[in-house]
Amino acid sequence: MAILIDTSTRVVVQGLTGKEGQFHALRNRAYGTHVVAGTRPGKGGEEVAGIPIFDTVAQAVEGTGANTSLIFVPPAFASDAIMEAAAAGCAVIVCITEGIPAQDEARVFNYVKQTVPDTVLIGPNCPGLISPGKSNVGIMPDEITLPGNVGVVSRSGTLTYQAVHELTTLGIGQTTCIGIGGDPVPGTNFIDVLSLFQADPETEGIVMIGEIGGDAEEQAAAYIEEYVDKPVVAYVAGVTAPAGKKMGHAGAIISGSKGTAGAKMDALRAAGAVVLDDPTQIGRAMAEALG
Amino acid sequence: MDLLEYQGKSLFARIGVPVPDGRVATSPTEAQRAAEEIGGRVVVKAQVQVGGRGKAGGIKLAENPHEAHDHALAILGMDIKGHTVHKVWVESASNIKAEYYASFTLDRSAKRHLGMISAKGGVDIEEVAATEPEAVVKVHIDPVMGLTNWQATEMVYRAKLDPEAARGAIALLKKLYQAFVEFDCDLVEVNPLILTAEGNVVALDAKVALDENGFFRHPDFPALADDHFIPPVEKMAKERDLNFIKLDGDIGIIGNGAGLVMSTLDVVSLVGGEASNFLDVGGGAGADTIIAALEILMQDPSVKSVLINIFGGITRGDLVAQGIVAAFERLDLPWPVVVRLDGTNAAEGREILAGVKSAQLIPSSTMREAAERAVALAKAVV
Repeated sequence: MAILIDTSTRVVVQGLTGKEGQFHALRNRAYGTHVVAGTRPGKGGEEVAGIPIFDTVAQAVEGTGANTSLIFVPPAFASDAIMEAAAAGCAVIVCITEGIPAQDEARVFNYVKQTVPDTVLIGPNCPGLISPGKSNVGIMPDEITLPGNVGVVSRSGTLTYQAVHELTTLGIGQTTCIGIGGDPVPGTNFIDVLSLFQADPETEGIVMIGEIGGDAEEQAAAYIEEYVDKPVVAYVAGVTAPAGKKMGHAGAIISGSKGTAGAKMDALRAAGAVVLDDPTQIGRAMAEALG
Repeated sequence: MDLLEYQGKSLFARIGVPVPDGRVATSPTEAQRAAEEIGGRVVVKAQVQVGGRGKAGGIKLAENPHEAHDHALAILGMDIKGHTVHKVWVESASNIKAEYYASFTLDRSAKRHLGMISAKGGVDIEEVAATEPEAVVKVHIDPVMGLTNWQATEMVYRAKLDPEAARGAIALLKKLYQAFVEFDCDLVEVNPLILTAEGNVVALDAKVALDENGFFRHPDFPALADDHFIPPVEKMAKERDLNFIKLDGDIGIIGNGAGLVMSTLDVVSLVGGEASNFLDVGGGAGADTIIAALEILMQDPSVKSVLINIFGGITRGDLVAQGIVAAFERLDLPWPVVVRLDGTNAAEGREILAGVKSAQLIPSSTMREAAERAVALAKAVV
């Protein structure tokens, strides 16, 4: 089993007619993902590489049975695109778009939670997710993945790839790899994903990659201590990051002592996770943890 | 982007948050004229992006325009914690009866807006929160609904502001929240928020942090940075849409994705080196971005070796490699460049790099090995 996406996933791509959207959607399709529709108001009835374009997400869902949305539209329109996908009944919404204003993210997150609480929003500003051998929804390079039994969850896109790469190199496959994004208001947080991995019978171990800023890792640590009995290997980026500096991700900023990599690593270690100071050791540590 | 006090106050004034009458001045003569226009006693305040202006002598009360001139003469050009004062804000002096605190920000844990208010203002609010937590009233606000009238009312009464301040404070909170949302702020903070002898509630200070992701809605905001002190290299990086932060070491770092770059700094430190910078080329970087990034590092004399660490997703390894090849052709790169390439189109990228006949280009297969090579190369430079 995998979590959130598998062979039954049918993807509608919002922004398929754009350059990035098209490049990655076609890669997803080449991997075997059912990319069934794209949307672009005014271009309904057209096609992109054989994928039908609809004017609205609701029409795409009705016409193709799409159950998952993948969003590539520019930041000014992305929060509206998320609400459109939610209203159209997409169960999983993956928003790749980077640079959405925090005010929009806060409003959309609460709107989705209030109106369609069962809808899962991944991102924004995330690489998406892949269930190796089944489905790839997003921009993760699938050639570094391998089907298997480890779940990967991370706030950082490229660090997710790094971690998956380290696992695959040692022959350790993955159930699902998820990048939840580094923005201030992620639709899905560590705890949401940890609970899915804990409940998934095929997932035997979990890799969790955090970074400086906020207290999501500390909350995850408390959750792991209470509810997770599968081995967890954790890494937190930003040990050497200077305080008060914003390092790219709108979320990755340390103010005062709260949110430092050290505090997060301590919390995770205390919760029983194997905590590493070198991301290139993730594969080896998981191999040991799985025995 | 952290605004200067006068910039924050002008945004407040635009939306109707009460602020004292004031003018910006860049010379003592301008300060004197401002004081004449405002009339009565004025306060001359240094405009810098650091705290502790008062203690450093950057805030002075003037009884008349002549004194305003002299204070401006003393304050302009002053160095406050490494920031030179280029502008002063001359504003009408207030008759302060009581000092409070108010702010709105995003509570990332709760994923809601957080309003804070205290009857104990004019002092370090973190100190108040630590020693008397009950003196700081916190209210979570649903971003979908916005701040409701009853919440603003509850904030003011629970914080036990003076009864005569209540109406003015409720009105001000609502306007302040409006400013927080409409201007796409990460933070609006007023400390002190004052009750004047005349019974008015006024924002005597303004700390505003803008979310740059919201700038597409505010075409006039980017120009606010013209008044901010930004080191030349960071400015150059910003103009090229690169996220650059200067650090203390001698190994130049270029990577894609904030997490991977932060992690690269950590691994460099782990193998005994120290990064000279953080440089994230972001997602989808093409050849031009890589060239621009290398040009930025050429501005920094402390760099002894460079480590390019790319794990492609939305970024394509072949385009990155083309950028590196072009940089080797066009630029006279003064240091060795270690390149680690993985992910989307990495094989194509590595092939392109293999065509470069330069001993200065060192391909590396893993992140750890690349860090070790870059550190060793930097140490070999005397």
